[in-house]
Amino acid sequence: MGENGSVFLPEAASSFAGEVDALFNFVLVVSTILLVAVVGTIIYFVIRYRRRSHSFIPVPDTDSKVLELASIVLPTILVLILFTWGFQVFVTLSTAPPDSYEITVRGKQWLWEFEYPNGVVTVNEMYVPLNKPVRLKMSADDVLHSLFVPEFRVKQDLIPNRYTTVWFEATKAGEYRIYCTEYCGTQHSAMLGTVYAVSEAEFDAWLQSQGQELPSIELGEQVFTQYSCNACHAIDGNRLVGPPVNGLFGTTRTLADGSTIEVDDSYLKESIIDPNAKIVEGFPPGLMPASLAASLTARQIDGLVEYIKSLE
Amino acid sequence: MSVAASTSVNYLNHDRSIKSWLLTRDHKRIGILYLVVISLAFLAGGILAMFIRLEQAAPGQDIMGPDAYNQVFTIHGVLMIFAFIIPAIPAIMGNFVLPMQLGAKDVAFPRLNLLSFYLYVAGAVIALSALLVGRIDGGWTFYAPYSIRVGDSILFVTMGVFVMGFSSILTGVNFIVTIHKMRAPGLTWNRLPLFVWSIYATAIVQVLATPVVGLTVVLLFLERLLGIGIFDPALGGDPVLFQHFFWFYSHPAVYVMILPAFGIISELIGTFSRHRIFGYRFVALSSVAIAFLGALVWGHHMFVAGQSALASTVFSLLTFLIGIPTGVKVVNWVVTMHKGSIQLRTPMLYALMFLVLFSIGGFTGIMLGVLPIDIHLHDTYFIVAHFHYTMVGGNVIAALGGLHYWWPKITGKMFNETLGAIAAGLIFVGFNLTFIPQFIAGSRGLPRRYFDYPVEFESLNQLSTYGSWVMAAGLFLVAAYLLYSLFKGKKASANPWGSLTLEWTHTNPLPDPYNFERTPTVTRGPYDYHLAKELFEDIPSGDGVDSRQVPELEEEG
Repeated sequence: MGENGSVFLPEAASSFAGEVDALFNFVLVVSTILLVAVVGTIIYFVIRYRRRSHSFIPVPDTDSKVLELASIVLPTILVLILFTWGFQVFVTLSTAPPDSYEITVRGKQWLWEFEYPNGVVTVNEMYVPLNKPVRLKMSADDVLHSLFVPEFRVKQDLIPNRYTTVWFEATKAGEYRIYCTEYCGTQHSAMLGTVYAVSEAEFDAWLQSQGQELPSIELGEQVFTQYSCNACHAIDGNRLVGPPVNGLFGTTRTLADGSTIEVDDSYLKESIIDPNAKIVEGFPPGLMPASLAASLTARQIDGLVEYIKSLE
Repeated sequence: MSVAASTSVNYLNHDRSIKSWLLTRDHKRIGILYLVVISLAFLAGGILAMFIRLEQAAPGQDIMGPDAYNQVFTIHGVLMIFAFIIPAIPAIMGNFVLPMQLGAKDVAFPRLNLLSFYLYVAGAVIALSALLVGRIDGGWTFYAPYSIRVGDSILFVTMGVFVMGFSSILTGVNFIVTIHKMRAPGLTWNRLPLFVWSIYATAIVQVLATPVVGLTVVLLFLERLLGIGIFDPALGGDPVLFQHFFWFYSHPAVYVMILPAFGIISELIGTFSRHRIFGYRFVALSSVAIAFLGALVWGHHMFVAGQSALASTVFSLLTFLIGIPTGVKVVNWVVTMHKGSIQLRTPMLYALMFLVLFSIGGFTGIMLGVLPIDIHLHDTYFIVAHFHYTMVGGNVIAALGGLHYWWPKITGKMFNETLGAIAAGLIFVGFNLTFIPQFIAGSRGLPRRYFDYPVEFESLNQLSTYGSWVMAAGLFLVAAYLLYSLFKGKKASANPWGSLTLEWTHTNPLPDPYNFERTPTVTRGPYDYHLAKELFEDIPSGDGVDSRQVPELEEEG
């Protein structure tokens, strides 16, 4: 995460971040000058015109039309300048260059999914090439989310059933945090991701490596950590929120309704796709999000099954 | 001299039975009922705020889990906005002061006024009863579809807000009629105190904007109970439509919160500068203009919500335009002090605090009106700090100023002004220490409504938490010396501050059943101190019981 930037602003790492900052700093400086003027005037008046005699009645000022008019016209000019300047930068922010590289983004409680044009899907990690405009085509799966990368000065809500877009051009290599800024429930503040801005060559190499078919078990292992399965399911036999998954295959389990079942491929697959279909005795139902499986490819699910089978 | 030296029977003691309080139709007693209940809502909301700051003092889980935290900030918002800020000034001080400032015996519809109070209480109870059927979650903005999926509790909350809104509508209607029909002879529109003007503008917003809440409630019920897709995308509805409905009411509601505060500040600065308010007519009419223009800027809450770029542009321009009259008012108040006779009594300290804090709220508001800056700052702590500067720095500080100003008239007692100054200082320092770090955390990227946060924001959050303790100490000190004054306070004179508006022209405490022994006749403007020299000739210090009773204005000739 960028350590640079000013007191008020984080590091500027996109092509238009500098323009936004110039506006911000302009308003900040003008506001500070005006605020100091207002406070200074108040302090001066309070001292200069303090009540010296309890019976003193000041002569009322005659209303000064010039002062009254000036107090209306000058701020109007100032805000019109701000509006026009802001509008120009806003046009830049709203108009993605036609040759932008497009990444499809899906937000869901509580993770980010990034899909690249060649079908590669990553979770909570977005790689982007430096100095190349990137356009995000975004939608939400469940409730509203909002994608915010402070260093790029971009933010846009994600809405179910509708696409929204945002674009940026990263200009500094580095890792930048992605925040969800639209309140979305229990783990809202944990819905974080990372943008990796890398050179175009590195980006291409990364994309290639993602495209390569991993062996099934390795793919399963990758999914198991990327999707945070390991947060609830231990692979060392410990009981976390959900049952541990090692040494499972081929054993017989007792379910919550008292029946027993032998752990085979179908059982594992069903438990990933429809986690509440069969609940292991002693564990509460309804905790594992059923929506997770919907974002997995068939191959990834198979990989998970193979990975779990391989654990001892 | 028409006034008896001490009236033994007054509005507080003419009938001490509980029934006489609970079924009173006296606007003064209704104002006190509101004062008690609204203060409790403020206390509850404030305690929740302290919990929020405690949880945020360090990253990770400190005193509660994420689900509890999310409910705490939601209920804090609901209580503070709907049960405290919206009704505070109009319902407490509007009720108590407005009829007297008009020289009237009561509001136009006293029974309706009592009904308003009970609707307010019922609405608050309905909203909080949501906790019995489920969670109150989703933030005070209750954006769909998250809020709808929390469960039926959303129906109770919105229903409660609607019932409280109905209370607000009835109060608004009552005040509009009262101001139009019950002004004392000689009290022309140009002689109305600016507090009356601001309550008038507020009442217009209350009457026009609040019905939108009713529409939203109906649509929510249709959706939840009949499964008709309106807001929930799972049913084919549009969640952004909910935001339009919400802000179409809630942005005008922002003016319900701030316009009455403007009124109080005008009274305080006029009184304690002994000077006519500079640009009286502009200050008065701009409130009414803001009341109407305020209905046209709701879209500035939605720059990143997915509305069209054109809509955002138009809303940005309109937002700047409505900012101008507000800024001009601040200039007018400052210029009013020019060549005045300024006395720094406790209420005036709050007026000056208001000028500083509300200016910061205003400047950051202008900043947020600039489209590209808003995109960066939207839904971060910068927004949280900004609206606390306008709502607390604006409304709450003005309400505290008004409470101190009218306290001698309400209770007949003076409070300890040394403690008053200390408390005001604590509140000022504590408030800034709480919220300035939030500006910085926000513009550096920290989103709002975050249970947990990255460790680089820890020191800013700690400062903010310390600030909240200083501010709480100041507020408890205020409560302590005000309550103490009820029992041990010096008896206040009829006009301890030397004000010219009509509520100060008769005995203390106020008589019963009516406010004036004879209907006063008004012969000068509310701030024409130079026309009332005789009032101030022999007043020794302005706070003692020995100060002269103020003659009724009709004897002015």
